Amino acid sequence: MRAIPLPPVHPEFMLEPILDAGSGRDAIGLGQRRGEGLDVRHGTVLTLEDINVSFDGFKALNSLNLYIGVGELRCIIGPNGAGKTTLMDVITGKTRPTSGKAWFGDTLDLTRMSEVQIAQAGIGRKFQKPTVFEALSVFENLELAQKADKSVLASLVARLSGEQRDRIDEILQTIRLSGSAQRQAGLLSHGQKQFLEIGMLLMQDPQLLLLDEPVAGMTDAETEFTAELFKSLAGKHSLMVVEHDMGFVGSIADHVTVLHQGGVLAEGSLEQVQADDRVIEVYLGR
Amino acid sequence: MNQPLLVTASQKAGPRWTLAIGAVVLLVLLALPLLSLLPAGHSLQVSAYTLTLVGKILCYAIVALALDLVWGYAGLLSLGHGLFFAIGGYAMGMYLMREASGDGLPAFMTFLSWSELPWYWVGTQHFAWALCLVVLAPGLLALVFGFFAFRSRIKGVYFSIMTQALTFAGMLLFFRNETGFGGNNGFTHFRSILGFEITAQSTRAVLFLLTVALLVASLYLGWRLARSKFGRVLTALRDAENRLMFCGYDPRGFKLFVWVLSAVLCGLAGALYVPQVGIINPSEMSPTNSIEAAVWVALGGRGTLIGPLLGAGLVNGMKSWFTVAFPEYWLFCLGALFILVTLYLPRGVVGLLKKRGEQ
Amino acid sequence: MPKALQRLFLGLLLLLPLAAQAADADYFIAAKANEQARLLQDWAAQPDPARLELLSSLQQGRIAPDDTRNLRLNNRLRGLVDNALASHQLLSADAEVRLAAAQQLQKSAQPAQVAFLDRRFASEADAAVHAALGLALANLQLVDSDPAVRLAAVRLLGETGDPMARTRLQALLEPGVESNAGVRTAAETSLAQVKRKLLFGELLGQAFSGLSLGSILLLAALGLAITFGLLGVINMAHGEMLMLGAYATYVVQILVQRYAPGAIEFYPLIALPVAFAVSAGVGMLLERTVIRHLYGRPLETLLATWGISLILIQAIRLLFGAQNVEVANPAWLSGGLQVLPNLVLPYSRLVIIAFALFVVLLTWLLLNRTRLGLNVRAVTQNRNMAACCGVPTGRVDMLAFGLGSGIAGLGGVALSQIGNVGPDLGQSYIIDSFLVVVLGGVGQLAGSLWAAFGLGIANKLLEPQIGAVLGKILILALIILFIQKRPQGLFALKGRVID
Repeated sequence: MRAIPLPPVHPEFMLEPILDAGSGRDAIGLGQRRGEGLDVRHGTVLTLEDINVSFDGFKALNSLNLYIGVGELRCIIGPNGAGKTTLMDVITGKTRPTSGKAWFGDTLDLTRMSEVQIAQAGIGRKFQKPTVFEALSVFENLELAQKADKSVLASLVARLSGEQRDRIDEILQTIRLSGSAQRQAGLLSHGQKQFLEIGMLLMQDPQLLLLDEPVAGMTDAETEFTAELFKSLAGKHSLMVVEHDMGFVGSIADHVTVLHQGGVLAEGSLEQVQADDRVIEVYLGR
Repeated sequence: MNQPLLVTASQKAGPRWTLAIGAVVLLVLLALPLLSLLPAGHSLQVSAYTLTLVGKILCYAIVALALDLVWGYAGLLSLGHGLFFAIGGYAMGMYLMREASGDGLPAFMTFLSWSELPWYWVGTQHFAWALCLVVLAPGLLALVFGFFAFRSRIKGVYFSIMTQALTFAGMLLFFRNETGFGGNNGFTHFRSILGFEITAQSTRAVLFLLTVALLVASLYLGWRLARSKFGRVLTALRDAENRLMFCGYDPRGFKLFVWVLSAVLCGLAGALYVPQVGIINPSEMSPTNSIEAAVWVALGGRGTLIGPLLGAGLVNGMKSWFTVAFPEYWLFCLGALFILVTLYLPRGVVGLLKKRGEQ
Repeated sequence: MPKALQRLFLGLLLLLPLAAQAADADYFIAAKANEQARLLQDWAAQPDPARLELLSSLQQGRIAPDDTRNLRLNNRLRGLVDNALASHQLLSADAEVRLAAAQQLQKSAQPAQVAFLDRRFASEADAAVHAALGLALANLQLVDSDPAVRLAAVRLLGETGDPMARTRLQALLEPGVESNAGVRTAAETSLAQVKRKLLFGELLGQAFSGLSLGSILLLAALGLAITFGLLGVINMAHGEMLMLGAYATYVVQILVQRYAPGAIEFYPLIALPVAFAVSAGVGMLLERTVIRHLYGRPLETLLATWGISLILIQAIRLLFGAQNVEVANPAWLSGGLQVLPNLVLPYSRLVIIAFALFVVLLTWLLLNRTRLGLNVRAVTQNRNMAACCGVPTGRVDMLAFGLGSGIAGLGGVALSQIGNVGPDLGQSYIIDSFLVVVLGGVGQLAGSLWAAFGLGIANKLLEPQIGAVLGKILILALIILFIQKRPQGLFALKGRVID
């Protein structure tokens, strides 16, 4: 009896277009939907194609292709210098790619938008080193992050509605900082700052969350809690997590991308990439 | 619940004391001009010299407050605020010169044998237009400079150096006779303002009261700003501009708004300074003056609203005493102040008092 | 004394050249001012070698070399003495003396001297003197009655690139001066020719003073680039390091004058190490006592160092007075190299440009080829890591700060040779040198070099066109616009943006 080889799994195929309601809009001249209802007809929230970034001849990213589906939780791993942070810089507009395409949804060209526009369009980012507004209280940090009109004039007259206040309290509970709401953020512990920054991202309510080493400096219990949190977020939001902690990656990700020397080395489930010879070679130098 | 920490902290430190002292100071300030109206020789009479001196210090206090808004809250140390102050002063001076010269040309122009007023003097015989200029001239200059500076993300010491170069350039420009602002000597020999004699005790008293009013208004404005979400965005901007940007705020607009507001406040202070002191010349724009304003704020305590007022009062009070008693040693004292404040009083006198209050 | 008799007496004197010397002197003293003038004019027209000594004495304000009496001459007489002396010096055997005399005569020759000058012109062998004499002659011939002579003179003037030729030709073209149309046209052509030549010289001159300003800015900014670029410290007292260097030069000059007058020629060379030591010492002291506590707080450092600068300025004022002090150029630094008729390159400035480049080279070598340089660069890039590797960061900071201040002290020596030395000296250079650092990019020696020379030349080229003040303002505006394009300065390193 011959064993029938299973066809290789291509996760892209598993993410069939979920929303197809708008496909006729272009044809009948309605134009594309923007902003609140991000156009994700093709099921991808982020499309990076053939991205190149070079710094004075050094290629930080090299013909990189990456697609992140709606509601997906994607982990990015890779050795130091693989281009993980540069990748985040490109997505958030901090670094302009030398060439290549970067689309948010189907209609927003990230290479033409400023950092602020990208943030307002619905991409949130957590830095590698936790960055919070240290002179403000935890509550105020969350208030500033809250999704609202962020123009100068609006800020001058802004008052918190009861609803917004409830939302902040809710997030405070989620990130377990209710008791420290009035504490100065600069006085929090490293792990607490990580949570506060995650909380700020949640307040922003973005379509896509980019998280750079979110569990660094957390205790095991906190890490476990974060994993639960992220899993509950997936579905509603798309997440891209850069992490070195393989245990954490294994506990959350169904789909992992391995970066090496600015390009995608392997993609698939954690077991698949861990079994990949090239990945083993890169990590273990065999 | 959502007030900035500074306000909550000052409330903890004893809001009653702060309020009580504030009220007493305000009462004294309101009483000064009234006492100056007493007949000469009366034991309670306040001399014109004292009134002018205090009025001058109040104008400086407004500058300090304006500087604190950009430095203490938004983290932009401007070393060019003297420029905005002087421009406001010159705008008011133009009106006063026209008032003094009647239908003729101001004296310094006849001296240069100019036959007509330069275009930018048009309309300056009207008090209302002069007031517009007081606001518009520093405001527009700040807007243009700020737009380019913030667009290219100039910050920190770079920003300080650029503002210093700006006020230096302004000083050189105003020193020229051809610029049409009286060159070296600037404007002086004013006679009247709105028909009232400028040296009359009553005019002085009114100008003084207006200065107090502007100070209180700026203080209220600063307090409202600091309490608003805008104030919190500024603080956030100072500490982590990148984070703020990724939260979806455009830092440029916020910086530009507070920068222009601060420049306009300075211009208004300058406009009140000139009729009281009776002279304005380009040395007001010298980089030394502007950087001295920074030490007022640093000494008082930046990021607080009372601190800059306290600092301006302390330093200028000391200055007027020193320059009479030991003129040679004032610069030593001022220099030492710069060093000691930065080394030992990073949060200023207010910070020191708060620390005491908490202990 | 009746006039006729006077004339007779004068005639007799001229007939008696042997007795002339003593007699001339006595007669000159006895005469009234306008007689003296006439006498001098006559002497100038008919020079006699025997009178040379008298005239050179007169130029010094004496009757005879060994006579101590002071003779008071008015400005007109002094001019005439110079002229007469030059006339006599044309008879000298030394070509250089003749050249100088001919150049003097270009300015002062009188119509009565034409015949004499013509003779000398015909017999002059030295080419340079010949040309100079031709010019002096042409100047006089402009008022000749013969239009042909005037035409020749005008053409000759057109071929020189001399500022004086321009004045003469312009005077000739004034309405009503020259009646002959041919000469007028020729004069216009010649004037245009002269102006073209002069413009070239002027532009070169401006570029040169730009280079000179640039070299001073470079010396000032180099130290700043080290303290700001490498240590992240804005030193507002940096200008005062320049001032200290200049005052150190002044003190050295006085001490050398008093204790070793023989070495006075070389006092700037002695001043160099002294100024370096003084500025570097003060710099290191400041670093240890104040600035060390403020690393990582650039705005506070800026304020504290401003306070230091106030104290230094006032201290110098109390010690040396608020007035400028006098620092003299030694002989080998005064004078200049005549490149074009209207372009003299002063030796002092030439030396300073070379000196600035030399200091840049030295700094580069120090930073890139020595242990100290390696340590400084290591601390710049990663302070903690350097400390872990055993680099004494505190000492490196101190030495780097001392180096930056010391270079400014060297700049002060250079500055004392071309400008005024006063307590406010540093203030006038500090803003410009900060702009150099901003424009050149932080921590980049090459950037500082280009920015300093660029700013210097731009300043000096703009100055005559739109005035010094507007030029400065324009440059500031240009820098702000430039920073829009290249926020990191001219020579920025690209890389991953670090938070």
